[in-house]
Amino acid sequence: MRVVFKTSYDRDIDLHKDGIHRARIAVLLAVMAALPFLVGTYYLAEATNTLIWALAGMGLMVAVGHTGQVSLGHAAFLAIGAYTDSALMEAGLPFVVSFPLAGLATGLFGALIAVPAVRMSGIYLAIATLAVFVIVEEMVILLEPVTGGVGGIMAPSISILGISFDRYGALQNFYWLVLTIVALVTWGYANLMRSPTGRSFLAVRDSEVSARALGINVTRTKALAFGLSSGVTGLAGALMGHYIGFFNYELFSIFISINLLLVVTIGGLGFIPGAFLGAILITGVPQLIAILRDGLNASIGLDLSTIPGLDTMIFSLILIGFIIFEPTGLYGRWLKIRAWVELFPLARRDMFRRQKSYLKTERMK
Amino acid sequence: MSLLEVEDLAVHFGGVKAVDGVSFSVEPGEVFAIIGPNGAGKSTIFNLISRIYDPTRGAIRFDGQDLTVLKSHDIATLGIARTFQNIELFDHSTVLDNLLMGRHTHRTTNFVQDILFLPRVRREERAHRHKVEEVIEFLELEAYREKMIAGLPYGVRKVVEIGRALALSPRLILLDEPASGLSVEETQDVAFWIEDMRRDMGLTVLMVEHDMSLVTGVCDRVLAVANGKPLAMGTPAEVQAHPDVQAAYLGTGAAA
Amino acid sequence: MELLQLVIGGLANGCIYGLVALGFVLIYKASEGVNFAQGDMMMLGAFVALGFGNADQLGLPFGLAVILAMAVMFCVGWGVERLVVRQIFGQPQFALVILTIALGFVFRFVAGSIWGYTPLVLETPFAGRNLRAGGIVIGLADLVAIGATLGLTGALWLFFSHTRIGLAAQAASQNQMAAYIVGVPVMRINSLIWGLSGAVATVAGVLYATRGAIDPNIGLLGIKAFAAAVIGGMGSLPGALLGGLIIGVVEPIAGRYAPGELAQMSPYIIMLVVLVLRPGGLFSQMQMKKV
Repeated sequence: MRVVFKTSYDRDIDLHKDGIHRARIAVLLAVMAALPFLVGTYYLAEATNTLIWALAGMGLMVAVGHTGQVSLGHAAFLAIGAYTDSALMEAGLPFVVSFPLAGLATGLFGALIAVPAVRMSGIYLAIATLAVFVIVEEMVILLEPVTGGVGGIMAPSISILGISFDRYGALQNFYWLVLTIVALVTWGYANLMRSPTGRSFLAVRDSEVSARALGINVTRTKALAFGLSSGVTGLAGALMGHYIGFFNYELFSIFISINLLLVVTIGGLGFIPGAFLGAILITGVPQLIAILRDGLNASIGLDLSTIPGLDTMIFSLILIGFIIFEPTGLYGRWLKIRAWVELFPLARRDMFRRQKSYLKTERMK
Repeated sequence: MSLLEVEDLAVHFGGVKAVDGVSFSVEPGEVFAIIGPNGAGKSTIFNLISRIYDPTRGAIRFDGQDLTVLKSHDIATLGIARTFQNIELFDHSTVLDNLLMGRHTHRTTNFVQDILFLPRVRREERAHRHKVEEVIEFLELEAYREKMIAGLPYGVRKVVEIGRALALSPRLILLDEPASGLSVEETQDVAFWIEDMRRDMGLTVLMVEHDMSLVTGVCDRVLAVANGKPLAMGTPAEVQAHPDVQAAYLGTGAAA
Repeated sequence: MELLQLVIGGLANGCIYGLVALGFVLIYKASEGVNFAQGDMMMLGAFVALGFGNADQLGLPFGLAVILAMAVMFCVGWGVERLVVRQIFGQPQFALVILTIALGFVFRFVAGSIWGYTPLVLETPFAGRNLRAGGIVIGLADLVAIGATLGLTGALWLFFSHTRIGLAAQAASQNQMAAYIVGVPVMRINSLIWGLSGAVATVAGVLYATRGAIDPNIGLLGIKAFAAAVIGGMGSLPGALLGGLIIGVVEPIAGRYAPGELAQMSPYIIMLVVLVLRPGGLFSQMQMKKV
């Protein structure tokens, strides 16, 4: 086991616990940046998609993982981000302005609906967000001049300082743009979690009554967390719009909300790397299924594509498996494996056993 | 002037008069205890001071400031910290983070500065860490610094909660049954800490406690309550000798 | 006259929402968990009844088919609790939300694989038969829906307020640990409740099917029923029914006098208004936590 000697408070405050950790992140970033030279167009597009999902996942993670606010309506924020960005660009604003504005608008909308919603807890909040989602979906259809109604709209092409970042025309540039945005957001998120604001989120999640006793304004904190969460999701929505190119309300269905929940749960609730692992899984599994399907079709002539809904079914089973057997997600599993290797041969099974407890009623708040 | 003044405080839940006409004042630097049988309304008085409940009537003044017009999250800002009877820690954070959360009222950065982690945020973090380390040293929590609360034994959690209240650098600290569930040795420690809080930190302590050895050991004055009504106030010895208090505890002469 | 007819149709619809909402409330009352697959259980129940009853399938008499379907769905609910839900006992509510959403997809896949995705019609003795009374036409199916719902709600209310098991289930919902200590078989009661809610879902599904064709996606109606349960206050059986009726009546009226999208939104708008004004629903059971 690697022991980190702390010689100053800064060692706890720093993002990376030591040089090795820092170097690992640097290598990862370098590989990600070099990806366009390593893989073909198809996989580069998939990687872009994965990054966008990770971004949306991070957005949801702030609410679900760090403040304990379950949202079943985050697809609505994706939609608001995508439509706002497109509308602003159609109005003549450049992407560098419209994109942050889209995030800001979505964030404000999120914070606004959070203010009444923070009075609710647990399941009620989940249901309220679901209702907000349905309402936003219908509003998208109603606001035809902006959203194109049922027909949908074409996301405008991105160009910054005369350089094209079009998803089809200049995929490499688009990938780098997405990578930069995702890296910046990840950095900001990691900063947030080591700062007083991030701690106040955790405080509100674990005990509202003591958060108040420590001087934390619970309503404001929850609204801020939900606003940040929806803002980041809005950014992801804007990118998703550009990535898909032509989209209508169906892109942001309830299934997207659920897939997002899948990303954060399977990845590992409350861990930033979890959002990335979850995103890799959710974008990777359909590819794998497709490959398997073709393989089966070719080898034994079993045509699985005649069974509709198989993808969702497999996703659901994976999800059920994770919730039952590994609620801490892929990242939690990784931490356990790492601890096991570091302690080898001293690790015992019981070390990682979950404690079961009786549910306490949530009707008491 | 008294640091905390409670005047004719009452709260009724439906027909139940949980607290009914309680008055007392706590002088700066004093250790003041509220004692009484179970259900006497002791914790309710604490919850009224921390604005979890709205009083039906009466006044609570801290340093001349009327508390009843404030929101519950404003209380800490004035310099009043508290612990809870049944421990309300942040279970999924480390001891260090729990104590750092106690520093919330001393932050001056906003969330945008936090996200960018400007040099100023780092400077403040260092200062918070410094204060928290003092608390850790004072309460001898070094061994548990990086441990998750969820895995800690009861006695340690109790101490962490006191630590979190101290991290706030309060002027008045409210301890809700600091010794309940603790062993004799641990109770001894609590007594020493309370002494030190008063002597070295200049804190004023208001506590609710059942353990009479702790109360007689560290308290200057005691208020006894039963059924929400005040019975007696004075030095621990005076209150213990008071016939109404003995009746309330022993159950003889319910007419008291 | 037209309005009255809308109201009666709406009441019948509302009964179905109410019944699905009852399923939510049953499970919430017992274990404080929310079963997001309730709508899909309704769908599956309807298909199982169709499988037993329709002439081109097993062709059993309608009444027998419904009873058999209820029995099958009782077992499905029971089995889901035993095999899946019990595994996550003690985890946060959130885990159950995601788990049951996933289960819903599994049910949908199962129904789709067996009965296909094209809409099917359940053959019932009262399909298409109408009663006329003073200028208004009432479908017999509507009346059956209203009657069956009232009967079932009454029976469930009696079960919870007057039987030992019902009272034990209520105790378990307040505090599982305490209930366990005083000898309530918390686990077995949870299984029973899940089974019951499966059976109730089947009744809702059959009633739904008497009023139109069914396909594996009708489970999405569960979201609306959810709104109904929340309006009523999640922990209240009559509240759930009332919530369902409110939504059922408002929907067609909004559809008649406002644009279609607004009618679609109406249940959720009502729900949000209720939640904002009374965060615990109309029959709230929220209490302050004691510290």
